[in-house]
Amino acid sequence: MLATRADSELMHDVEQFLFHEARLADEHRYEEWEELWTDDAIYWVPANGADIDPEKEMSIIYDNRSRIGLRVRQLLSGKRYTQDPRSSLRRIIGNIELLGREGDDIRVGANSLVFESSARGETLWGSRNEYTLRRAGDGFKLARKKVALVNNDRAIYTMSFII
Amino acid sequence: MNMMAPTPAWGDMILPDRVRGTLYRDPAIFELELEKIWYRTWVYVGHESEIPNAHDYVLKSIGLQPIIMSRGGDGQVHLLLNRCTHRGNQVCPKEKGNSPMHTCPFHAWNFGSDGKLLGYAFPEGYEGLDKSKHGLGRVPRVASYRGFVFGSFATEGPSLEEHLGGAAETIDRLCDNAPQGEIEITAGFLKHRVKANWKFILENETDGYHPAFVHSSIFSVADSAIGGLYGAKSTALTRDYGNGHTELDLRPEFRKRDALLSWFGTTPEKLPDYVSRMNAAYGEKKAREIMIDGTPHVMIFPNLFIAEIQMFVIQPLGVNDSVQHVTALQFKGAPDLNRRMRQQTMGSVGPAGFLLADDSEMYERTQRGMEAHDTDWVFLGRGEHRERRDDDGFLVAHATDEVPSRGIWKHYRSLMEQP
Repeated sequence: MLATRADSELMHDVEQFLFHEARLADEHRYEEWEELWTDDAIYWVPANGADIDPEKEMSIIYDNRSRIGLRVRQLLSGKRYTQDPRSSLRRIIGNIELLGREGDDIRVGANSLVFESSARGETLWGSRNEYTLRRAGDGFKLARKKVALVNNDRAIYTMSFII
Repeated sequence: MNMMAPTPAWGDMILPDRVRGTLYRDPAIFELELEKIWYRTWVYVGHESEIPNAHDYVLKSIGLQPIIMSRGGDGQVHLLLNRCTHRGNQVCPKEKGNSPMHTCPFHAWNFGSDGKLLGYAFPEGYEGLDKSKHGLGRVPRVASYRGFVFGSFATEGPSLEEHLGGAAETIDRLCDNAPQGEIEITAGFLKHRVKANWKFILENETDGYHPAFVHSSIFSVADSAIGGLYGAKSTALTRDYGNGHTELDLRPEFRKRDALLSWFGTTPEKLPDYVSRMNAAYGEKKAREIMIDGTPHVMIFPNLFIAEIQMFVIQPLGVNDSVQHVTALQFKGAPDLNRRMRQQTMGSVGPAGFLLADDSEMYERTQRGMEAHDTDWVFLGRGEHRERRDDDGFLVAHATDEVPSRGIWKHYRSLMEQP
């Protein structure tokens, strides 16, 4: 399948946005990370599979825009002990694919592998991510991010950083 | 366990106001706990609503032992050991489902949803095998209280009602908050693993001293009235029901507020459907009392924690390895309330929860603290001078006092000292 030149440019812009989002999360730059989101944002980390109904079943995270803000304010409070001291993090976002477009929204799929080091030990977090990016000026905003952890049907350790 | 090993001197390790760190640290103690607590007393396994139909099943555990909680064709709940009676293979590998038969993939022995051996491959290879003696192993005593299913590996002992004692009333109180008087467990579980001993979790559930500090981050940024419940001026109580069951009784604070649904941080205007169903079910006077008091905050020893809007089940995996299974409680006949319960539960608990991520951090740090042996006592003496008996004869004290921990350890010692 041959991509058009326009697709290649779009792909480049999308990749740069995802890498930037990943770096803000790795480096605990919460305020800048929060600014990426649209007002109707959903940040979703399902449990027990990738296709559950978050309105009926428990998710690890199912934040609307207001709860994303609360999460960030808690992390910035200086008393979010699970992240004080902070986990050291680096992640790889790969296998990025453009999945579709609807109006200003671009759906993107990717795989993610996060390496976390904390007092508890070293933990690897592998996931399939889906993003909805929305055109905003010269760049994008993040309207939706779904992180389907590979092991989300099993018992997992505390995951209090931005995944 | 080496049978020649000397019996630990429990009385030297467990005093009324302090316990030894080795109790949280020593793998040999953990093995003894499996034998004398998990494989003897009543342990919570699952809820009847998780297997509503004939032949429904769900995988559970008691201690380290894998259990199939299954509903037979006749509607009866069975707790079966997930181990083929032929050569020990795991019979059922799927977390949940519906099947009248479980066929072991190893040699095709098959068992009914009631655990009976139905047949096996190439039957001519056995002569006179008595099928009735080769059914799946089962937890010998199974009992249910208001839908909560417990199992005990002891063939004899106190009944479930005797074990629950005064704490049974807290489960009644919980169910009363449902218009149809029943709880349902339908939202799926978050499974949160911690590198910590299960007793740190058990004790923390009714510790009213820590919230003002461990949870100060969320109290400071969210519009929450929870913080005040656990302050020095709180009128809430800690209670020891005996048999290791403990409660943080917040009703005195909710009754002072005298506002419907204040316990849940909301108002009747936001949940009109629930309020009208409650009034219809109980009459306005009784419904008002229920909706002011709210649901309990109670730890049923050793592993069932009902925390107002959610339920935790504690699973021990090793001396410093445990899982908290948690889900939102759902009230039969209360869709608008249930939605709010799920949303609040998702925010609060699990690996990324506003509350539980910090609790779990404390469990793991305390486990690491136990590696310092020099002065090996954990001090549990808070509020000893202000303990008293309530009208029912149960020991109570201030919301931040360590009555619950002292009650848990007293019961623990009595179990561990049994032959």
